[in-house]
Amino acid sequence: MTVTGAPRIVTRRLGGPAPWTLASYLDDGGYDGLRKALSMTPEEVREAVNVANILGRGGAGFEAGRKWGMLAKSEPVYLTINGDESEPATFKDHMLIETDPHMVVEGALICAYAVRADQIFLYVRGEFALGLERLQAAVNEAYAYGAAGGDILGSGWSVDIVVHPGAGAYICGEETALLESLEGKRGYPRIKPPFFPAAVGLYGAPTVVNNVETVSNLPWVMRNGADAFAALGEGRSKGTKVMALSGHVKRPGNYELEFAKVTFRDLMFDARLGGGIREDRQLKAFIPGGVSSPWLGPQDLDVLLANEKIAEVGTMAGSGAVTAMDETTCIVRAAWRIVRFFHRESCGQCTPCREGSGWVEKILQRIENGQGREADLDLLMDVCDNISPGIRWPPAQTTICVLGPSIPPAPASGIRMFPDELLTHIREGRCPFPPDRLPGRVAHV
Amino acid sequence: MARLTPHNEQRARDLIALYPHPRSALIPILHLLQEQDGYLTDDGMQHAGELVGLEAAEVQGTASFYDMFHTEPVGKYLIAVCTNIACLLQGAYELLEHAEERLGIAHGGTTPDGLFTLEDAECLALCGNAPCVTVNWRYFGDVDREGFDDLVARLAAGELDGEVPPHGTLCRVRRSVGLAAAGASVHGCGGPVPALAESSRPGAIADEPTDGVDLETFATTPAVLALDGPAPSDDRTEP
Amino acid sequence: MSDPTPQPATTTAGDATAPGSAAGHTGREVPVHLAPRPVITESAVGSPPPPVPRSPGEMVTVTIDGRQVVVPKGQLLIEAAEAAGTYIPRFCYHPRMKPVGMCRMCLVEVEGPRGSTLMPACYNPVADGMKVSTTSEMTKKAQDGVLELLLVNHPLDCPVCDKGGECPLQDQTLAYGPGESRFVEEKRHWDKPIPISELVNLDRERCIQCGRCVRFADEVAGDPLIDFYERGDRTEVAVFSATHPFASYFSGNVVQICPVGALTATPYRFRARPWDLDQVESTCTSCSVGCRVAVQTSGDQLVRKIGVDCDPVNWAWLCDKGRFDYEAVNSPERLGAPLVRKDAELVEVSWAEALDTAAGGLQRAVRAGGGANVAVIGGARLANEDAYAWGKFARAVLGTDNVDAQLGDGVPADVLLGLPRATIDEAASAPLLLTLGTDPKEELPVLYLRLRNAARERGLQIVELTPTRTGLSRHAAVTALHRPGELAALVQAVTADHDPTGDVAGVAAGTIAGIRAHLVRAWQEAPVRRGRPAERPSIVVLVGRASLAEGDAGVRAAVAAFSGLPGVAWLSGLRRGNVHGALDMGLAPGVLPGRVGLDQGRGWYESQWGAELPMGRGMGTAEILAAAARGRIGGLVLLGADPEADFPDALHAVKGLAGARFVVAVDSFLTDSARKADVVLPAATYAERRGTFTNLEGRVTHLGAIVTAPGVAWPDWMIASELAYRLGADLGWSDLEGIWAEITRVSPLHAGVDRVALAGAAARDGIVVPAGDGGAAIRPPRPLDPMADPGIASAELHAVAPTALAVDVPPVKQASEEERAPMPPMLTTPGGPAPPPVPVEGDAHRLVSRRSLWDAGTWVRHAHHLSPLARAASAALHPDELADLGVAPGDALLVSNDRGRLSLPAAADPSLPRGVVAVAWNAPGGPASSLVDASGRVVTVRVEVAR
Ligand SMILES: Cc1cc2nc3c(=O)[nH]c(=O)nc-3n(C[C@H](O)[C@H](O)[C@H](O)COP(=O)(O)O)c2cc1C
Ligand code: SF4
Ligand code: FES
Repeated sequence: MTVTGAPRIVTRRLGGPAPWTLASYLDDGGYDGLRKALSMTPEEVREAVNVANILGRGGAGFEAGRKWGMLAKSEPVYLTINGDESEPATFKDHMLIETDPHMVVEGALICAYAVRADQIFLYVRGEFALGLERLQAAVNEAYAYGAAGGDILGSGWSVDIVVHPGAGAYICGEETALLESLEGKRGYPRIKPPFFPAAVGLYGAPTVVNNVETVSNLPWVMRNGADAFAALGEGRSKGTKVMALSGHVKRPGNYELEFAKVTFRDLMFDARLGGGIREDRQLKAFIPGGVSSPWLGPQDLDVLLANEKIAEVGTMAGSGAVTAMDETTCIVRAAWRIVRFFHRESCGQCTPCREGSGWVEKILQRIENGQGREADLDLLMDVCDNISPGIRWPPAQTTICVLGPSIPPAPASGIRMFPDELLTHIREGRCPFPPDRLPGRVAHV
Repeated sequence: MARLTPHNEQRARDLIALYPHPRSALIPILHLLQEQDGYLTDDGMQHAGELVGLEAAEVQGTASFYDMFHTEPVGKYLIAVCTNIACLLQGAYELLEHAEERLGIAHGGTTPDGLFTLEDAECLALCGNAPCVTVNWRYFGDVDREGFDDLVARLAAGELDGEVPPHGTLCRVRRSVGLAAAGASVHGCGGPVPALAESSRPGAIADEPTDGVDLETFATTPAVLALDGPAPSDDRTEP
Repeated sequence: MSDPTPQPATTTAGDATAPGSAAGHTGREVPVHLAPRPVITESAVGSPPPPVPRSPGEMVTVTIDGRQVVVPKGQLLIEAAEAAGTYIPRFCYHPRMKPVGMCRMCLVEVEGPRGSTLMPACYNPVADGMKVSTTSEMTKKAQDGVLELLLVNHPLDCPVCDKGGECPLQDQTLAYGPGESRFVEEKRHWDKPIPISELVNLDRERCIQCGRCVRFADEVAGDPLIDFYERGDRTEVAVFSATHPFASYFSGNVVQICPVGALTATPYRFRARPWDLDQVESTCTSCSVGCRVAVQTSGDQLVRKIGVDCDPVNWAWLCDKGRFDYEAVNSPERLGAPLVRKDAELVEVSWAEALDTAAGGLQRAVRAGGGANVAVIGGARLANEDAYAWGKFARAVLGTDNVDAQLGDGVPADVLLGLPRATIDEAASAPLLLTLGTDPKEELPVLYLRLRNAARERGLQIVELTPTRTGLSRHAAVTALHRPGELAALVQAVTADHDPTGDVAGVAAGTIAGIRAHLVRAWQEAPVRRGRPAERPSIVVLVGRASLAEGDAGVRAAVAAFSGLPGVAWLSGLRRGNVHGALDMGLAPGVLPGRVGLDQGRGWYESQWGAELPMGRGMGTAEILAAAARGRIGGLVLLGADPEADFPDALHAVKGLAGARFVVAVDSFLTDSARKADVVLPAATYAERRGTFTNLEGRVTHLGAIVTAPGVAWPDWMIASELAYRLGADLGWSDLEGIWAEITRVSPLHAGVDRVALAGAAARDGIVVPAGDGGAAIRPPRPLDPMADPGIASAELHAVAPTALAVDVPPVKQASEEERAPMPPMLTTPGGPAPPPVPVEGDAHRLVSRRSLWDAGTWVRHAHHLSPLARAASAALHPDELADLGVAPGDALLVSNDRGRLSLPAAADPSLPRGVVAVAWNAPGGPASSLVDASGRVVTVRVEVAR
């Protein structure tokens, strides 16, 4: 159960012995959701998912059912599961793939059935070696069990499922870059329009791209009914959400919580969840939805964890990754590291993202090293403005994909929330903070 | 400077057969090449191009886009220290510094004995166990200085050979079947489904050794599983 | 930029000629014996791609900077704005490639339902009611921002950059960019220029990652030998390795379209500064495609050729041979003075002495044996006016019909000239292109680009009948590999009234049935109306000689067979420079200017020229050389012809030249043949003389002059006129314009295409003759775009292209019936019946010898950056045969027959059938012509291991 008493949906089976095996999965009613789906027509499955109103868990929060409804009417149709999870501070899909791969497979199969896909590709971040092994083993077992391949579970319906490893490029999490990558190319996001892979996707064919966590909800929805799912949460945000909590909290980790019922404060301070800030220090700021999202401060702690509520305060729920920063955190250093990430991961197509990311990184580095100038704050904001005009969220773009506009939030949040701290760096010609320390924990080796 | 061995070439062809277009198998084939040689050789990339119908320049263009592919030799163990935000907040740069001192190389470098290559990595998605490290993409969480030294010592001593294969080996579980459904897809069924039907099974992929990888023996840390501590008692706590 | 095009520019070639869908047409006429029926499974021949949707011509209204304009629906915003007179800055966009919207320079503010957004104008098509601002604050901030960001990592080493002064990055920064850079950090560093091929250098620091070069290599040239490497701001353009250079025939184009100085051409590096350049618009004479070019000079030296975007022809592209052949013009080995043989030595003399000697020798020959005793070989290097002058001189003054612009290596003029012609656009938009083995990639490179594009983008189906695979084979629906020498049999089977029951000429029956199915499908798609010419041809046949190791019998049989089918139009595959101009001007036996038969035109031309014309058809090159060998030619003129190198049968050529009593060579180089002449007259080349050129479509374009010829070299027409004068005749003109005026007066083919028409802005892309239908080929050109054609616009300030200034005159008017009345009819049917099949006998292997782009030809040899590209001759066999012989590639093989023997390194070519050995034509170190005899039979050879 989650803290609100709602059932756990995607982390339900975690913690048991070897939950990744077929035997363990079947013990828990594994593949009954698929069986249920196969007893329905694909239209009925889609309708159920519409009722459940499953928001995409990959970052954009698009309703899964609505996405499926946009599929172009042509064949073949492909389903691609996005397991590229690389948004810094997000580590939920990693866990789901490693610990409950059959759930991911079953979810993908239900999705494929609903959208009448001809083939499923599980695109898994290349660094997830264990995840790839567990997932491949699960797929092998699923084939052997008869849940994948020809005549699935005797239903007459057939679909193949292929585990596809990535190779280390954050941008391949962006769905059109993912498709390019899956086509064996450089992971360049495709220019829009066409806006949705549902119209033009893999090899130009209509394609559904869904996140691992998104489809992991499907077996539960099939078994317990769409209404049970929709009874959880509030407004658009139904069901549960896995929150990946990291940073300066006492108990970082993944917490599955009922959507729209729990606040950031609960997440970070509840003893059963984050347990408060380490050494009971002050919370300085937190990143609410992955490093792409604009930051929030202590004054925003009572915002509910619901996509629309978080959007109301000018940022996003994103992938559900919350990172807490305590009072010892150097804002310049944090912003620099985030921008450095985008600089390293920019695919390089768009001039503003390619060149802007490096420039912003360099300016921040200069400030952190004590070589900043006061004009740098305006310069930073202006370069950011050239990447994402207005520096607002949801962002305006001068780029093809949203990686570009993800560059400004960290530095802009830093400047807006802590202008004095930046000026101190500049005026004192040095960083006023001590370096971060290693935690006093023992490595698991 | 090696092309794929005949056995691996067959594996590459099996990979190609899984996709509607050969080029899609390029990245899996490049992983296969790295498994064989530890890194991507020129000959290997050319061979990959021949198999999927690309010029070598295109193979290189694709390979170079991805961080996991190395076109120069790397150590037997590629140690990646995450320094992204969650790990940074837990002292990742200090850990990286320590790693550099311990191995006597700057990140990006390889020890003279060819055993270790050190990388400053982007978020590895183990942020609940920050700071974290991977060795050949096998995960180790909550790593401190002593933990790091211990890890290095055990790697050097070969104590972790079972858990950490040499660089390049990614997935030791092979796909056991070819495509089974091609052309057999029947849409729009619905109706009762028997509990466990004996359906037509695709044939196993030819000459694949059945891999005896025991997926349970890894010492690696799966991403932190929360809510497994003290059982949640009642509802929400008041802050 | 000065072109006041009133209507939006159309950018896609062929749209003007493309009718709507073929569905619903009536009156389809398919030859009975080829009527549709299930013949063959698709998979055997490759399934045709879906038809390309054609825009129905709908218009929409958009507002650009407050001005309402009406533009074609679906047009890209950047194009629509440009047509409306608003230029949107850009880098990655090139009008001849697919938009990718990467550089973000073209962002403009577009008003939408949810407020204004920035959209890349290069990627988004116009939509009705769209409101665009290219000057708003939002747009300007974006432009300013992108430019500043582009300069973040740009070295700004403009003073030492080839592009400095004509650099789009410089120009656009000035026009749209920030005044100063706020970037103070260290820039990205890379090794300064690295060669990526023999011809192209790459400076990665200057690269702005627009991807034009990488896209060109893949999308246009089909040679993806360069690609991006790494990602983000570490992205660089790269070849795979030094052993895998960017060895594309089209590599120079990436230099041309690079919007910064990242890619530079080795032959041009540091040769000139843009502001010192003079330029003239001209036509490339390297092959018969006739690409439009800007020829640029610095200090009376040719330094660069740039492709001009000619919509019906080259779309701005050039092949590397055409682009860099100017090095040969500059060559120190050019002939600059007349030479006369004295005491067995060729010595420099004055023009007067040389002309006297030449005239004297020719006169003696005529006196001794009449016109039949003299002959003129060559002329494909000449401009149209030169060719006309020489043809008139030969027939009216020397009294001979022994004239031939071809060297036994083409297709007989009377076969070719009567065929209904297709334009390149028509070939590209036809449903089916059938080739008789010509390899356009090697021989007509830019035609290859157009056909490749048509096959990939427009659904053109290509069927090849060929002895070996060609550059086009990758894009062909069917490549029927026939045994050398058996084209005739294959064609017969393809056009027979029943499907074959067995293999024919080594081609499987199923393949032949597949080809027949393609013919049927073509007729269905572009129906042939009974009794009327097709709106567009159903089938275009590219006709040329596949292999020079056999005669032209196969091609003649193919022409006879296919010209009997409906809806067929022809594209000539003759490759040599202005060979079509020379043929149209009558430099062929039995053919008078304007594609008129000798007998049909005799009366007309005698009245026009005031001279008696020779009776009876004269000899072609092979017969002339044979006659010369027997001592029957007293005077032989070589017009830029080098029979020893180019005539397929080397022995025959050598004997002929030796046997000719008096030889005059008019040439720009002292070729092997010219060395044997009694008089050598130095001729000016392109860029040194004006004139007109006729390409393989029959398109007449200008040749511009911009440098002075070396020494005292003359234009060919002057040489003809002076010789005539010395023989007591006045050819009747005093300048080039006079010749053209006479041509348009006497030649039915050129009626109406007078100087004024040719100079009109509407004729910027030339005029296809005969200019029926008021000059159907004429379309408004795309205005010059400094981003699409960098290098042309900025130099234009200094030297204006001849057509840029031209007054706009009405297009060609069709000559009225009366005007035409006395003119003789043009040839309409191919001459001569199909020859009987040539028996094959002799040695075990049949020889195939095809041309390749880089060869040991005169021009390549004298262009010092090109000559190293020619690959040494080799003997290619199927690898199994090499194994049978026990040799590895590179080992020496002996290829011999009763004519000669060649020792060549072995090469493996798995696409060759057994029993065929391929030796490239005119490759350095292996004159295949020494194995060929001129009798026309397919050459057979013995292949042995050299001991
Ligand atoms: C730069 C970038 C990175 C992304 N990375 C991921 C990712 O790692 N995993 C993911 O599921 N979605 C990622 N997304 C979102 C995907 O584009 C896409 O919206 C998502 O996979 C759709 O699945 P969903 O609707 O189930 O959420 C990313 C988007 C962007 C712009
Ligand atoms: S915004 Fe950045 S990551 Fe996205 S397509 Fe453009 S350059 Fe690539
Ligand atoms: S993005 Fe439009 S020209 Fe580059």
